[in-house]
Amino acid sequence: MSLLPTPSRISTVDRVPGAVESGTAIRRKIRTTKFFGDYRKRSGAVGQALTWLCGGALALNLLLVILIMGLLAYNGLSYFWQKDLMELTLKDGRRILGELWSEEKSAAETGTRAAAAIDRIRLKIGNRDVGGLDFVWIDAKDIARRSRPADVVMLERLEWGNFYGTMAELRQGGQVLAAGPEAVWKAFGPLHERKLQDLHRIEKLEKGEIGDVNFQIERLRLAEKKLDIEKVSDAERARRKAALEREVAVAQGRYDRLAARLSQMRDRYQAETLVMKTVDGETKEMPVGTVVRAIRPNVMGSLAKLRLYGSRGVEFVAGDPRESNTEGGIFPAIFGTVLMVFLMSFAVAPMGVLAALYLREYAKQGPLVRMVRIAVNNLAGVPSIVFGMFGLAFFVYLVGGTIDRIFYPESLPAPTFGTGGILWAALTLALLTVPVVIVAAEEGLAAVPRIVREGSLALGATKFETIRRVVVPAAAPGILTGMILAMARAAGEVAPLMIVGMVKLAPTLPLDGRPPFLHLERKFMHLGFHIFDVGFQSPNVEATTPLVFATALLLILVVTLMNLVAIMLRNHLRRKYAGSAV
Amino acid sequence: MTEILAKPAPPQAKPDRDPALEPRIDNPILRIEDLSLWYGEKKALNEISMEIPDKQITAFIGPSGCGKSTLLRCINRLNDLIDNVKVEGDIRFEDGSIYDPKIDINALRKRIGMVFQKSNPFPKSIYENVAYGCRIQGINKKRDLDEIVERSLRGAALWDEVKDRLDESALGMSGGQQQRLCIARAIAVEPEVILLDEPCSALDPIATARIEELMQDLKSQYTQVIVTHNMQQASRVSDYTAFLYLGELIEYGPTKKIFMNPMKKQTEDYITGRFG
Repeated sequence: MSLLPTPSRISTVDRVPGAVESGTAIRRKIRTTKFFGDYRKRSGAVGQALTWLCGGALALNLLLVILIMGLLAYNGLSYFWQKDLMELTLKDGRRILGELWSEEKSAAETGTRAAAAIDRIRLKIGNRDVGGLDFVWIDAKDIARRSRPADVVMLERLEWGNFYGTMAELRQGGQVLAAGPEAVWKAFGPLHERKLQDLHRIEKLEKGEIGDVNFQIERLRLAEKKLDIEKVSDAERARRKAALEREVAVAQGRYDRLAARLSQMRDRYQAETLVMKTVDGETKEMPVGTVVRAIRPNVMGSLAKLRLYGSRGVEFVAGDPRESNTEGGIFPAIFGTVLMVFLMSFAVAPMGVLAALYLREYAKQGPLVRMVRIAVNNLAGVPSIVFGMFGLAFFVYLVGGTIDRIFYPESLPAPTFGTGGILWAALTLALLTVPVVIVAAEEGLAAVPRIVREGSLALGATKFETIRRVVVPAAAPGILTGMILAMARAAGEVAPLMIVGMVKLAPTLPLDGRPPFLHLERKFMHLGFHIFDVGFQSPNVEATTPLVFATALLLILVVTLMNLVAIMLRNHLRRKYAGSAV
Repeated sequence: MTEILAKPAPPQAKPDRDPALEPRIDNPILRIEDLSLWYGEKKALNEISMEIPDKQITAFIGPSGCGKSTLLRCINRLNDLIDNVKVEGDIRFEDGSIYDPKIDINALRKRIGMVFQKSNPFPKSIYENVAYGCRIQGINKKRDLDEIVERSLRGAALWDEVKDRLDESALGMSGGQQQRLCIARAIAVEPEVILLDEPCSALDPIATARIEELMQDLKSQYTQVIVTHNMQQASRVSDYTAFLYLGELIEYGPTKKIFMNPMKKQTEDYITGRFG
């Protein structure tokens, strides 16, 4: 009882188009079914909308990243660009000299609210040692005249910030070497060059030879204290003490000679002074050597400004901070950040990889291992300050305190390892980031096919040999991915470090030329904390805001650079094992 | 967990010798004796007894899940790696028991090499892949290794194709080359037996033909046991064939006899394609 026409009733010629027709009809029916709408059209529309949604979300993310980077770059990089100096003559006759920092203009200039209109400018007037204020707001309506005098000079100084004014005299002792803006400017250049060399020599002497002698004297002092608590016979103690005292005397003698030389150098360095006159006629005398840079911004060409920009950029990246971090460079912070992340990587790599190896390769998979895995994942969600507290309690007080008692009893009660230091900071961060490494390494290990392991075992390798020679190399790119994530996290972490060894200003780098070269117990500076400190804790927040942006930009660059190195390493491994499982 | 019950060696010839199961084999290198194996509760091999002839090619055939790969992996104890495996019975290898708890399992696996169904080169260079087994054994001298690598690659008929790129990753080779590399890797440690677990199942006919040719070349030096789905392959390459079905050894004998004149109905049905 077929509904289709039987072959006997229609000709074969008719049958074929008929069949096609019925097929088309069914297709048409499917297509025009109203209940769910047109399937193909609908799915096309949904699919397209979804594509747009996903693309839009990605675009939004990219836009945000670009916005952040652009903002940081704009605000940070403009800091090094020298602006012109502007002299304002106010209607009450006062004169003000400074850099135009910002302008504020409210739009309500007409109508009833005209009175409330704001039109004012902010000048950086510097001269903190004269006036006390770095910035002033001036209402536009008070200004009688604006000008850009050619002979005004801006000084960057080691202390007291910038000075704006004109050069009056150059003195040596009571004697005047040069007077008048042009003469002084001409004489100042070469003299300043010499003084900078003097300063460099003084710093070299201080950090080099004097530092060495101090280091030696401190070591001898500790050796002496150690002798007191050591169990030796009285005669022996007296003999060794005498030897130490002789050495101390020699070192002290050397120190005295060096100190005398230093004081002589300082006198010479400070012999010449520069007398500056502010715009309202006050004078200020300062040693030539304390000037970092003297420029006449209003007569500088673009090329000269560009060169100045470059030199300031180099100073920022490679120089030491001064004036409680509000000026100068941030090299110690960059160095501290990189070294700390480096140490952290050294600690976290074996810790994470070995743990992952045990979890994935040796442990019997069961509820216990599952629980450990969940716990490890949860560890990644613990607030970082909690890790900081743990680091303080465990590493600093317990481990560090114990190390001090056993190995450095002579310097107690002053702690050596029993206080925050770069080692403890690195270990704390290693704990913080170890879950990331464990998870990534486990995934990398799991992706190594079973058949490859069996291939190794079938050649007579033990399980350990298989893991060491086949599994870990194959999983290395995956493990490195984990390391990259861990490094990125560690480089940006600030909160836990504040209690385990990071400081606002570290007098010495944790790596130097004196044995044992790497001083793990030393405190260190960090870019993240530097941003916080300069931006919110400094006495001159207004002036340092651009510095904060520049530092943030640099922090991002440092993290990116470290990640790039790791990514290149990973790609190298991937290429080496082209087509490997992970 | 693997439970090992090493039985004392049973008497050499049973009185009720079944000609379908016990062909005359003059010089057996391996003797499988009443071997049973369970995966958990499931019995995968049921009291299998057979002798594997020295320097010959023995093929295991049978439908999927009949236990032929399991049986093969018993020979180098690779099943130990799987949880919940229980083994009873014994395999004698040159008068020692493979399942002797005192045996050094890694030394055993050095003597019984294996080539897998899917080629599994290590993520290393071609050279290091072949040298791997030797390095494991502590042979690290460059000169010795160079010699072994060349000899093994020549043995696996691969030398001429790869001699200029020994330092490149083995994963960049073609499937057939990878499989021959695995054979080279296996013969580099000079085993006595080579187990081949469906070595050609992922290869095209030309690569398959090269592997089969290679097996014939290697016959003079090594005993080979091959598991295959492909009955033509079994009839082409092997000297002896064992037919397994549902964990039982149904028939075992010279290949010619199994294919031309099987004694059991099931064997005949299988090789003529009536089931399986």
